Amino acid sequence: MEVRVENLSKNYGAVQALRDVNLSFVDGGLTAILGPSGCGKTTLLRCIAGFLEPTSGAIYFGDENVVGLPPQARGTAMVFQNYALWPHMSIFDNVAYGLRLQKLPKDEIRKRVIDALNMVEMMVAPDILERKPTALSGGQQQRVALARALVVRPKVLLLDEPLSNLDAKVRQRLRVELRRLQRQVGITTIYVTHDQEEALSMADQVVVMDCGEVRQVGTPEQIYRNPTTAFVAEFLGVTNVLAGTLTPDGKAVVAAGTRIPLPADVPASSDHYTVVFKADAAYILQDQPTPQDAVAFTGELVEVFFVGSTYRHYVKAGKEMLLVDSPSRVAGPSVNVVVPRAELKVYPGAPLGHDVEPTCSVG
Amino acid sequence: MKRARIVRIILVVLISFIIFGPLSSLVIWSVAEKWYWPHLLPQQVGLFYWGKVFQGRMMQALQVGVLIACVVTVLSLIMTVPLGYVLARFRVPFKAAVLLIFLLPQAFPQLPVFANATVYLYRANLGGKVPGVILIHMVGALVYAVWTMTAVFKSIPASLEEAAINLGASRIRTFWNISLPLAMPGIIASALLIFLYSLDEFTGTLLVGSPFVLTLPVFMYNASQGYELPVASITALLLMVPGIILLLVLERYLKAEYLSSFGRI
Repeated sequence: MEVRVENLSKNYGAVQALRDVNLSFVDGGLTAILGPSGCGKTTLLRCIAGFLEPTSGAIYFGDENVVGLPPQARGTAMVFQNYALWPHMSIFDNVAYGLRLQKLPKDEIRKRVIDALNMVEMMVAPDILERKPTALSGGQQQRVALARALVVRPKVLLLDEPLSNLDAKVRQRLRVELRRLQRQVGITTIYVTHDQEEALSMADQVVVMDCGEVRQVGTPEQIYRNPTTAFVAEFLGVTNVLAGTLTPDGKAVVAAGTRIPLPADVPASSDHYTVVFKADAAYILQDQPTPQDAVAFTGELVEVFFVGSTYRHYVKAGKEMLLVDSPSRVAGPSVNVVVPRAELKVYPGAPLGHDVEPTCSVG
Repeated sequence: MKRARIVRIILVVLISFIIFGPLSSLVIWSVAEKWYWPHLLPQQVGLFYWGKVFQGRMMQALQVGVLIACVVTVLSLIMTVPLGYVLARFRVPFKAAVLLIFLLPQAFPQLPVFANATVYLYRANLGGKVPGVILIHMVGALVYAVWTMTAVFKSIPASLEEAAINLGASRIRTFWNISLPLAMPGIIASALLIFLYSLDEFTGTLLVGSPFVLTLPVFMYNASQGYELPVASITALLLMVPGIILLLVLERYLKAEYLSSFGRI
């Protein structure tokens, strides 16, 4: 089922939770909606499920505009952050609920419930069907919740931060299984999360949202390698975010005491710029000359941490603290942090983390 | 080991004394056929008054009281379960005002409120009748009921209902299948409170019902007014019985069915 959202807006009084959102979700694929809390991602999901009525705009399931349809008639299935299993019903009754509503014959219900529980690998004990959800761990509860959603063969599967309540190890494992399951059933899936690693690792398409607006849409690789705005870069956890100012001649930006020529596609329209690069894209040189197509920041080595796979170097350059990952320990104190031009991104506008006004005030 | 055991026994005895000490005088009075100052214990002990009580109007008073309490409980629940659900789940205009209105009769001293209500009930030809007493009990019962019901439904996460709606259940079906069963422990607890309140209610019953509708508390009052302390004591002991039975039943029921899951969702 192809799902499209056109010019969708949702206002709560004066607060605009969604502003003119246009999206098309990968047919049969997994689209992750990524953003900080209050960015509108959950509002968008609830609009698609039908729990919220958008203020304006359209939501298409195939060719049908489902705005105005009650949630019961939309054929979506939702998985909640708190699992939302019914504690007074057995596992079997929980999973069978949607099928009983469809008035299917008993034998078929039983068969489909067991199939679904098998699919999420929850047929672990002979008495599992009779158990109450509270007898299960969080991860197991979420598997059952997933079975409850999949068993009705929904047109669209909606996942609202399904792994956020689980501890790290279970989360890692369920990520893999969720992705495998999603591929197996091939249901168009919309996955809301604030965890960039989750979004990047699981999705066919990532939508980054902020302030009720879509900031960037693309494959995980596109989003990670070429963030188009400073917000996306920062939100994806790029380790070095520097504040830069335009030089008087308008041809370069100065950040951490170093002159960085303005890339051709960045306009000289702003006084403040954001310069970002990844810790593993930079390297440290001591006395060697800087290569042609690279920029060097001069600073002092403050600290080196061994973090397992790499040594993380903390270099103080001007007022900024630069992070550089390198496979070997470098001795200080005076060092040059070298970043290839291609790895250095410059965006108009001051970085968000440097005492600037937030771009929006959505809760 | 031994010392700890002795300390524990002393503690149990002490606590038992604090709880049952005051009650013991009721038990003694209930079997005292002759007890004059300065004797420490009754001079003559027997079941004369017990026999008298069970023959007399007291059993009738108990029946009337239980009947009234049942009707009050059922009516209160019928009215407040849906109201509590609506107040907890939907945006209701003047929600605070609605809740406050139910609280209002309790904000003033009971006597003037009930005395005024009595005047109106007599005008409506309900004075001295069971329906009148039921109405005056509802004034107090609804306060407990509305507030506890609203809290009970609020404690159920909305996502549990949304999950059912999402799978195709109507709002009403969701209420029957999900919300109501989950609220059941709270509803039962609230029913118990209402029942006991009604059974023990005195002021309103005396004002509205007397002398035609007689419940146990009023009966006890009359008995002690006539210095029939043994009868009053027996009545007091009997008044405790429904409460104890209901609490025991409730505890069993709640433990078995719900307590394990309630509060862990």
